[in-house]
Amino acid sequence: MEYFIQQLINGLTLGSIYGLVAIGYTMVYGIIGMINFAHGDIFMLGGFAALIVFLIATSFFAGIPIALLLLLMLLVGMLMTGLWNWTIERVAYRPLRGSFRLAPLITAIGMSIVLSNFIQVTQGPRNKPIPPLVTDVFHIGDITISLKQVLIVIITAVLLFAFWYIVNKTPLGRAQRATEQDRKMAALLGVDVDRTISITFIMGAALAAVAGAMYLMYYGVASFNDGFIPGVKAFTAAVLGGIGSLPGAVFGGLLIGLIESLWSAYFSIAYKDVATFAILAFVLIFKPTGILGRPEVEKV
Amino acid sequence: MTASTETGHPNVLAKAVREGLFAGVIAFFMFLLFVGIETYQDINNTLVWRTRWGLLAVFVAVAAVGRFLTVGFIKPHIDRRKLAKAKSGVLEISENKSFFHRHFLKIALIFLVLYPFLSLMIVGKQGSLKYVDNFGIQILIYVMLAWGLNIVVGLAGLLDLGYVAFYAVGAYSYALLSSYFGFSFWLLLPMSGILAALWGIILGFPVLRLRGDYLAIVTLAFGEIIRLVLINWTDVTKGTFGISGIAKASFFGIWSFDTGTTNNFVKAWGLSASSVYYKVFLFYVILALCMLTAYVTIRLRRMPIGRAWEALREDEIACRSLGINTVTTKLTAFATGAMFGGFAGAFFATRQGFVSPESFVFLESAVILAIVVLGGMGSLTGIAIAAVVMVGGTEVLREMAFLKVVFGPDFTPELYRMLLFGLAMIIVMLFKPRGFVGSREPTAFLKERKAVSGSFTKEGHG
Repeated sequence: MEYFIQQLINGLTLGSIYGLVAIGYTMVYGIIGMINFAHGDIFMLGGFAALIVFLIATSFFAGIPIALLLLLMLLVGMLMTGLWNWTIERVAYRPLRGSFRLAPLITAIGMSIVLSNFIQVTQGPRNKPIPPLVTDVFHIGDITISLKQVLIVIITAVLLFAFWYIVNKTPLGRAQRATEQDRKMAALLGVDVDRTISITFIMGAALAAVAGAMYLMYYGVASFNDGFIPGVKAFTAAVLGGIGSLPGAVFGGLLIGLIESLWSAYFSIAYKDVATFAILAFVLIFKPTGILGRPEVEKV
Repeated sequence: MTASTETGHPNVLAKAVREGLFAGVIAFFMFLLFVGIETYQDINNTLVWRTRWGLLAVFVAVAAVGRFLTVGFIKPHIDRRKLAKAKSGVLEISENKSFFHRHFLKIALIFLVLYPFLSLMIVGKQGSLKYVDNFGIQILIYVMLAWGLNIVVGLAGLLDLGYVAFYAVGAYSYALLSSYFGFSFWLLLPMSGILAALWGIILGFPVLRLRGDYLAIVTLAFGEIIRLVLINWTDVTKGTFGISGIAKASFFGIWSFDTGTTNNFVKAWGLSASSVYYKVFLFYVILALCMLTAYVTIRLRRMPIGRAWEALREDEIACRSLGINTVTTKLTAFATGAMFGGFAGAFFATRQGFVSPESFVFLESAVILAIVVLGGMGSLTGIAIAAVVMVGGTEVLREMAFLKVVFGPDFTPELYRMLLFGLAMIIVMLFKPRGFVGSREPTAFLKERKAVSGSFTKEGHG
């Protein structure tokens, strides 16, 4: 039982990270109907931004408090990736909006290749380890919970709340929801569609940056090809939960995190990704629009 | 915007300067951390950093000047050309084509057949190894894969992001069956295709209820599953070590290319020993396979099944109401595409003599899909051109030793291969969203066959 709860906690932590990245996929998909393949690499950029901020901050202020350092890493990472995703949308996706569906998909894949290779060229191909930031652990009976796991879950929960508030309670969120439902009608009713889409990209990137920084904190290492596997899994999470649905993305993320940790704990660690993808295929066969997705009705 | 282009240049230039400066500022902040700071491990293996302001300045300058030129000169030029074209009323697809244009396919085919001999004549045996193998065979493999995927994506309109899985099935079928049972290439080539097609059906069957991007992610997932199984099923596939020493293809069983055998090709013909003959032979094998793919695609498009594929791409609901069985139609598209992927895989295995899961990553699927889309989905010529440009272009980069003189001896062009590949994908898509060849030859027509713009064809919902 302790072992199970332990794995549950590990899965929850991992799932939080996937969920945060999945929101970026699902929002962009909801608003412009495109798979943003570069989103996983935005997550990787967020991790690298946090890594570089960590290095600079610790070399200038040796005794910097951990809380301040973490805050700095998260904030700079969010600003940085927000800027990157804004630029990427402007340069590579916006000119192709209204063009045929595969064109932005191809530029997104191209962007993903460019981003990971850009980091490989500028920062080197080796893994970048950092010393552990947060080392405290709690013991409750036989269960060990590390402070970083608690931090990850708390930060995710806070961000999700803020995000939920923005989307559901603010004029910006209303504009986003309107754009998602009917872009042309929203534009006719005075919503600045271009700006709304840009902000959506920035918001998605900011969440991915937080996920990237937490991934770095959790595993203590960053690498230029970190974007792909977590990116694909987060995307899987978004699809599993029902792409376009925000609660679905979080739910899917947690589900994938749990599947992964429980499968590695009880079956085989080598086949954990196979299990994830197989469950995705299995769910989609019976529920083709994901667990929380709305069925898509096509009218002639 | 139109007002400023008509009133003259000062406005445009002022705008260009403004946009250029803005781009510079944006670029400064974007690249500040990633280019301005370099992280590296010191002797103690701890991560440290140093600044690279010079390089950052170069990046910022390139962004600013690039944006300035785009807004100030390139965009007005393109707009003017578009305007002139629209005013003149000439359609993009004109009737009178130049001699080269009209006979392009014949010229290309003759060139391909003569290519190994030309390269042997010009650069000799040792030199043509590179040209026949790295350029010829490499590009043709991608042409074949892209044509195979074109059946799924271009004709049937099903977005498949895991095509490389079938390539892997073909390669491993050949590698395993030839090393465990010693079957020959010519027996296993069709068998690999059939096995890949079988996998296409197995994987295709459950996912055909899915549409569009759901189909895309599930195919991606299947591609990853196959790769992960290849990595982890070490008893059979030897995992990441891969399978080496795969048998070479023989000259239809008559002559062998293994040195030391009695019926060695080189000995039989009294030639001096060189591996180039095998490469030339392989070149013709893959050329023939490509031609087979093209022939089958062209013929299928005129058959009921091919028309059903294209109809499915244009409008699935209309298809169903006309009584087309969408499930079998989709399945055949999936299986046919997979079969060609399997052929290409078997060929790849015999050419390399070595297969490992490393060759079948998602990136390969993305590259093949990119070639299909960049070429203009559904256009065989366009796809072949895209393969030459994208694959050949990145291969050329390996040869650019002279760049070392410009950028210093530490400069390795290979490092920038995929970076440039990605950039090329983006740039081509931005300028030609319909691909290199934007026109289509319909198979059903009234009175005379006319090319139509690619923008009239739909892309399907999956």
